[in-house]
Amino acid sequence: MASRAPTTRSMAIASTPFAIVEVCEWILPKLEANNFSQEDIFAVHLALEEALINAIKHGNKMNPDKEVKIDYSVSSDKVEISMTDQGDGFDPEAVPDPRLGENLYKNEGRGLLLMQSYMDVVEFNKRGNRVRMVRYKEKPRLPETQRQAQA
Amino acid sequence: MASIKPRISVEYAENATIVTFTDEKILEEKDVQALQESIMSVIEQAPLSSVEDRKGGINLILDFCNVRFLSSTVLGLLIRISKKVYERDGQLKLCSINPKIYKIFKITRLTKIFDIYQDIESAVESLSIAD
Repeated sequence: MASRAPTTRSMAIASTPFAIVEVCEWILPKLEANNFSQEDIFAVHLALEEALINAIKHGNKMNPDKEVKIDYSVSSDKVEISMTDQGDGFDPEAVPDPRLGENLYKNEGRGLLLMQSYMDVVEFNKRGNRVRMVRYKEKPRLPETQRQAQA
Repeated sequence: MASIKPRISVEYAENATIVTFTDEKILEEKDVQALQESIMSVIEQAPLSSVEDRKGGINLILDFCNVRFLSSTVLGLLIRISKKVYERDGQLKLCSINPKIYKIFKITRLTKIFDIYQDIESAVESLSIAD
């Protein structure tokens, strides 16, 4: 049975793509342990991947001497993740909407949209080098019938 | 069926080249880079369309039946693949995308620019109709 106390941890990772796998392997099992649904885990996994790619590739420019600091907290009702890179930051408001016009055919620029679509809260600091994301565990809808349908 | 390393299998059907992603998760940039090299090579080497009066573009079907997770890096790869296929007057169809992955396509509105089919059979059939 999951503990009521949230799992909270801070870590710093090197700016390498391999570190993304490690972070996911640390955080996602905590969601399972707290009985998050597979849909929640998929959503958090995707947002984590996108945020880490942004931090490592666009923030720290893949510089192995720069780190990404990650703080996360997983409790029975929500998961909260913050990550800070050592880059110059960016203005999320200035990111073009990848769903519009010619942007639809661009090779990049969809990460932020996916983070915003799959997490309940996505907010940046003023400098734009720190993102905080929250996803709340989905409340059961029609619990009895749904459980029966899933059984 | 030819097997190409890493991470795809390739089958040449009557009127199409079918590339199946063999991994459940497509994540790391180096994996995506390897996939890009493999698939671009398939596109360049694919037999031309069997229909005489067509310009000879290739018919490529990307089968996602094994894929359970991908990130936006893969979406970028698909855009690059589509550009390559269309440059060569070919057709590109995607198929067997699981609902969670399909939702990513919906959110990013890539459903507007990719032809997505339920399964390989319907993707192949769509090519026959187009021919």
